Amino acid sequence: MIRKTVTNVSEALAGVQDGMTFMLGGFGLCGIPENAISELVRLGVKDITCISNNAGVDDFGLGLLLHQHQIKKMVSSYVGENDEFERQMLSGELEVELTPQGTLAEKCKAAQAGFPAFYTPAGYGTEVAEGKEVREFNGKMYILEEAFQADFSFVKAWKGDTAGNLIFKGTARNFNPCMCGAANITVAEVEELVPVGELDPNQVHIPGIFVQRIFQGKDYEKRIEQRTVRQK
Amino acid sequence: MLDKNGIAKRIAQEVKDGYYVNLGIGIPTLVANYVRTDISVEFQSENGILGMGPFPIEGKEDADLINAGKQTITALPGASYFDSATSFAMIRGRHVDLTILGAMEVSENGDIANWKIPGKMVKGMGGAMDLVASAENIIVAMMHTNRKGEAKLLKRCTLPLTGVGCVKKIVTNLAVLEVTNDGFLLLERAPGVTVDEIIAATEGKLIIKGAVKEMSI
Repeated sequence: MIRKTVTNVSEALAGVQDGMTFMLGGFGLCGIPENAISELVRLGVKDITCISNNAGVDDFGLGLLLHQHQIKKMVSSYVGENDEFERQMLSGELEVELTPQGTLAEKCKAAQAGFPAFYTPAGYGTEVAEGKEVREFNGKMYILEEAFQADFSFVKAWKGDTAGNLIFKGTARNFNPCMCGAANITVAEVEELVPVGELDPNQVHIPGIFVQRIFQGKDYEKRIEQRTVRQK
Repeated sequence: MLDKNGIAKRIAQEVKDGYYVNLGIGIPTLVANYVRTDISVEFQSENGILGMGPFPIEGKEDADLINAGKQTITALPGASYFDSATSFAMIRGRHVDLTILGAMEVSENGDIANWKIPGKMVKGMGGAMDLVASAENIIVAMMHTNRKGEAKLLKRCTLPLTGVGCVKKIVTNLAVLEVTNDGFLLLERAPGVTVDEIIAATEGKLIIKGAVKEMSI
């Protein structure tokens, strides 16, 4: 069995440098790689490009990197919950590439699966289509979108084993599986790291071949953005 | 005139037995509260759940279980979780039967704008562009006019578009309208609202055929 385990987050992020492009899993604050983000803040890498559906909130998630002005460019679908983000974007300090959510997911999947590009109807006739090839299939219009190219993918899973096999939980799955194997190096952090043989192969969501480094994460905050409840 | 819950209630009548439905943020989310209980419907949230249930009972919130509005939710029996690419395969592949979403503007040919006000507000399109580009059945839930009283049902959208020629039906606080090749066909008026009031609040071409019935909600 090929061992993917690293002992801590510092080892997991070895090789991270200024100017790199990173994919980060998560939807809102759900399923984000909290440990990797903290380490990126600690390392202080600058001029980075982050591919992530959202940009965190002002004081958590990718918002932490924004506050340190570490991010040069964000590729996201929705950035509504972050005032600092909006400020940096409107002032021109931050470059932003807004991408339809399904296209964002598929650009990750294409990179994972070795497709250079794909056609999608999303964004046809809008700003998103500007400068992109347009083609008609069966009477419907599509635009050509290219696969992402990234140096590192940082993903968060619920359980994983030392061979890099991953299982996700609830809607914390979101973009994480799509980003595995979609960058040169995929780093998975898990809430529970188990020895090989403990995960039922039938239940594995992402096979270890898509993961280069895995480590046991710690101190997960798992913040809730909108706590909504009903009466009994 | 309807309030937001009234709009949701009227839209709920469009939800049919056996539908998979994607609800957008805002008024569309309220639709789930008014769907008939004697039909089988499954709600999809594009962050990765089919079979979304109501908000959890206090103390049962799970940070790993949210909807696309980042609200804590529950999963009903028969629910499933999946990744974002699979979620949009359901949407792009037309497996979802009905999409209900909000809008800032809709044009008489069915264009929709709901993601950006240049120079002011840029929250992003989220999944809206994928949804409107693919869904066969799109209902827009919106107020008929903006806060200044200006029309939002226009000849042409003035804001950056989310999708072209895609909206089929619109339910506002004043009316139910269908987007046809010739413009907005007025189907129903809200209780207490006159046809003249709807004409005055609409900029795009409005088609009125005979007596327009009042909504029953």
